[in-house]
Amino acid sequence: MLEIRNLCATADHKTILKGINLKVGIGEVHAIMGPNGSGKSTLAQVLAGHPSYAVTDGEVRYEGQDLLALAPEERAREGVFLAFQYPLEIAGVSNAYFLRTGLNEIRKHKGLEELDAMEFLGLLKEKMKLLEMEPSMKSRSVNEGFSGGEKKRNEILQMAIMDPKLAIMDETDSGLDIDAMKIVAKAVNKFRSPDNAVIVVTHYQRLLNYITPDFVHVLFDGRIVRSGGKELALELEEKGYDWIKEEAGTLREARV
Amino acid sequence: MNTAPDTIEALANREYKYGFVTPIESDVIPRGLNEDIIRMISAKKNEPEFMLEWRLRAYRRWLTMEEPKWANLHYSPINYQDIIYYSAPKQKKPLGSLDEVDEELLRTFEKLGIPLEEQKRLAGVAVDAVFDSVSVATTFKEKLLELGIIFCSFSEAVQNHPDLVRKYLGTVVPYSDNYFAALNSAVFSDGSFCYVPKGVRCPMELSTYFRINAMDTGQFERTLIVAEEGSYVSYMEGCTAPIRDTNQLHAAVVELVALERAQIKYSTVQNWYAGDREGRGGIYNFVTKRGKCAGDNSRISWTQVETGSAITWKYPGVILQGNNSIGEFYSVAVTNNYQQADTGTKMIHIGKNTRSTIVSKGISAGHGNNTYRGLVKVLPKAMGARNYTQCDSLLLGDQCGAHTFPYMEVQNSSSSVEHEACTSKISDDQIFYCKQRGLSAENAVSMIVNGFCKEVFKNLPMEFAVEASKLLGISLEGSVG
Amino acid sequence: MTRIPIEANPYIENFDILEKTEFAKDPPWFRSLRKAAISHFAEKGFPTTREEEWRFTSVSSIATASFKPVPANRKDLFASGKIEPFLFGLKECARLVFVNGLYCEMLSQMPPRLPSRVRVENLARVLEESPDLVEGHLARYAPYGNNGFSALNTAFIRDGAYVFLPRGAEIEGFVHLLFVGDRNEALANVRNLIVAERGSRVAIVESFVSLEDSAHFTNTVTEIQVAGDASVDHYKIQNESSRAFHIGTTEVNVGKDSRFSSFSLSAGSRLARNNLNVCLDAPGGECALYGLYLLSGSQHIDNHTMITHAKPYCNSREFYKGIVDEKSRAVFNGRVVVVKDAQKTDARQTNKNLLLSDAAHVNAKPQLEIFADDVKCTHGATVGQLDEEALFYFKSRGIGEGAARALITYGFAKEVVARVPVEPIRLHLDRLVLRKLKQEGKGGEEM
Repeated sequence: MLEIRNLCATADHKTILKGINLKVGIGEVHAIMGPNGSGKSTLAQVLAGHPSYAVTDGEVRYEGQDLLALAPEERAREGVFLAFQYPLEIAGVSNAYFLRTGLNEIRKHKGLEELDAMEFLGLLKEKMKLLEMEPSMKSRSVNEGFSGGEKKRNEILQMAIMDPKLAIMDETDSGLDIDAMKIVAKAVNKFRSPDNAVIVVTHYQRLLNYITPDFVHVLFDGRIVRSGGKELALELEEKGYDWIKEEAGTLREARV
Repeated sequence: MNTAPDTIEALANREYKYGFVTPIESDVIPRGLNEDIIRMISAKKNEPEFMLEWRLRAYRRWLTMEEPKWANLHYSPINYQDIIYYSAPKQKKPLGSLDEVDEELLRTFEKLGIPLEEQKRLAGVAVDAVFDSVSVATTFKEKLLELGIIFCSFSEAVQNHPDLVRKYLGTVVPYSDNYFAALNSAVFSDGSFCYVPKGVRCPMELSTYFRINAMDTGQFERTLIVAEEGSYVSYMEGCTAPIRDTNQLHAAVVELVALERAQIKYSTVQNWYAGDREGRGGIYNFVTKRGKCAGDNSRISWTQVETGSAITWKYPGVILQGNNSIGEFYSVAVTNNYQQADTGTKMIHIGKNTRSTIVSKGISAGHGNNTYRGLVKVLPKAMGARNYTQCDSLLLGDQCGAHTFPYMEVQNSSSSVEHEACTSKISDDQIFYCKQRGLSAENAVSMIVNGFCKEVFKNLPMEFAVEASKLLGISLEGSVG
Repeated sequence: MTRIPIEANPYIENFDILEKTEFAKDPPWFRSLRKAAISHFAEKGFPTTREEEWRFTSVSSIATASFKPVPANRKDLFASGKIEPFLFGLKECARLVFVNGLYCEMLSQMPPRLPSRVRVENLARVLEESPDLVEGHLARYAPYGNNGFSALNTAFIRDGAYVFLPRGAEIEGFVHLLFVGDRNEALANVRNLIVAERGSRVAIVESFVSLEDSAHFTNTVTEIQVAGDASVDHYKIQNESSRAFHIGTTEVNVGKDSRFSSFSLSAGSRLARNNLNVCLDAPGGECALYGLYLLSGSQHIDNHTMITHAKPYCNSREFYKGIVDEKSRAVFNGRVVVVKDAQKTDARQTNKNLLLSDAAHVNAKPQLEIFADDVKCTHGATVGQLDEEALFYFKSRGIGEGAARALITYGFAKEVVARVPVEPIRLHLDRLVLRKLKQEGKGGEEM
């Protein structure tokens, strides 16, 4: 489904991604872990097409297309969803209206009929229940005045409604308490299917207790330095990131 | 983020869809302004002597006044002798009923989305249609009259209800008020008149639709609304004009009088031709609007959506004379391309426990310049007066300007006046977030802008709110990518 | 207000006399500066209330009175003990004292040592001994075209303070400039020039006081240049007599990555107008302006501030509070201008006014003028009365009405005073606020 080859990206003339290689097959869940500043969020943002990052090398194939050639909204319409680490607030625009507009753009793109307000409301109610969200959240302005946890849940709600093919969750677990995390994980597990794929970007292993990954990758200094199964996450939890850093350090020295 | 200017441009280029001209024969008087012209206008309208005298007094006063220069507006000087002060479509005979309105006029208003045949109208709205200098039709007049509500053109009011006109004309905006009000008082040709008797709640929205058609004419209309004790009326006005590359002057006066416990809601969607992308042409809109909460517990609210005009100079205000009276001002003003707006409100607190709320949303795009200028004045006897002002500006693009000039003059220690303002732009991250959810840039901007204006739109009557929101999208087209 | 006919203007007559006598010895560049300034004044005259910037403040009482500069040869002398109360209880600080606008060496003092090349002296001396030092600076940051008073001040420059800090220099403590007025009808024309070169630091205190209840007129202009990476803290304490007139203009130019802070207390004068204009003229500049005005009787105090964000990446903070009692009238006009391309500007302004009497009057006019789009600008202004809830709370704790009012009022003022970092100044201001509030008959004994 997704194939990243030698992806390099910069922000403000600083190189952050230094050659990422990653393959994500349909029906798979990949976790990307790594210490702060390793480039995890950058990878997520670059895949979604954030304009602050410039891709300097490499390529990304998504469903046989050149993903990097698409505008952010086209990527979204093609089924790439990013759950933001810091969801934005939009004053005066209700959550429901925002979601419906986005969903209908995607449906239009797929050649599906747009949902009218009533149909949409039914879908929204169902998904909000899944995420145990207050009904009032739908009429509140997008993320405005939401707590950190509410914002994250709102992101997953959007994911559940838009039903993407590739969902990228950027540190969705940060700012969530354990109960909220379970709710979010439940929704994500419900979303998982043989027809889609999920990339979970996270610093900690704890979310992976609830969302079991098929593959775990460790990102350090803009590169994937190690890949493995779900046990790699446990190893990281136990030993921390220092050994990875050391290993990467020797690796770099060896290269020099 | 690099906001793609090409999308902005594409959006800005959408046509002004009301820019057509109606080919109709007009009764036009010579260019220029002097006492004879004023006599001529008055004679054409067959006015009683008191009106002519009032006009002449206003004119003489106007001659002694100077055009105000304090506004944050830049425009080439207006040659008042080069304006035609009266232009009326030629009609076969004096208006009796709608059947006698010229076909061409009916078609014009239909094209503007204002069908004048009552059966075609939304049942809840009565319309007075003003074309250049005169009112051409008023709908639902009879139905309203059954309730004692007088809703007619100003000219008819002068003929049929001279006592009411005489009693209230100039009581809120005296002709000496300012340069443009004086000019209007001297030459105004028509407008709407509305009188709601004691205790009556007007069952439908009243509205006036203003249309400038003829070339080189100025439009000087005057609206007077009187709400008697315990009555209620909601009034809306809309305006459009053809596309021309010269500027046309519009100097209107609106006076509202709310007696004890009366409530007047006045909504405007102003969409005069704004000029082209280089700033050529467009309406110069110099308007004096003021309401007087004359009675205790009365309430006047102004809601305006200003998207048109090359120049807007407008400060709808409320004189809060009655104790416990309430004044409100909700405004969205958009300036795109080379439009300039200097607009705001005046809240004059005179009575005890008077309250005022001001919510102003300014949106600047292109080379537009948007100024909020508001006065909150609390006089010494206004014990317990309260004001809250919120005034936000949104900037789209780096060629535009947003300015905030609130004046607070407080002379009473038991009052409180609060002003908050902030200026911001739509963040690139917000746009990216919307795009990530499948929205196009235009859609994202329009959504964010509409969200920004929500507090104002929610005060508009339903059908106006939809119109306003659409209009906002159109006026901002091309301003962000 | 009517404009004063120029031919009858005593200020211009005075200029003509001085131009032939006292000013005749000045270097040519300076004489032409004076002449240009006086002709500007002759043309524009005193501002009138028809001008937007002076809409709420009529200066006709100044324009029609005949304040005269005191003769240069007549030094006003008095015992040094008389200025004791204005000295913050400090012995060793660098201090220049001016009486009716003229330098008084006897009352001035310098600390035992100042860093090398630092200069703290009176402007008249510098103009006489080494005028080239000031030639490039004088009237550069304070253009006389801004208003009639600046033009008048420039035409009549006689004395004031000159403070110069070379690269990296720092003055410990602060420099105190004390301006004393003690003669009726005297015009004290004060001109200060402060130049802080790259990487230097200094704090300057200007205090304006009166001896006796004299009716004098102070027209002061201070120009401050804060070069790159420099820091200047400026304090202005204006507590002249209730019959005095005070017009003060402070013009500041802030360079790259530099900071300027200002604290202004206005409590004195019958009519006072403070103009404070700060131009953030290079990226990374910062300014913080704090102000407090306390009015009683029939005082009129007008604070006009203007912050120009001329370049991107600058921050400004402004916080002004006023307590307005009896029949007085306060004007606050705070203008923030963000020019085109001054992106990433962050400007915040707050103005709060407390009205204590029904005859008191406040005109507040915060203004934002923004021509750049990537900015964060906010302002807020309030005019209100003592919080009834708070009053009730105090009373419920057994505090009487009078004391409760005094405490709350004092607390309102304290919020600004507490931001003064230099202790002796803060204590001095605190006492001054207390005394002023007591004069208004609202003060308790201990606060």
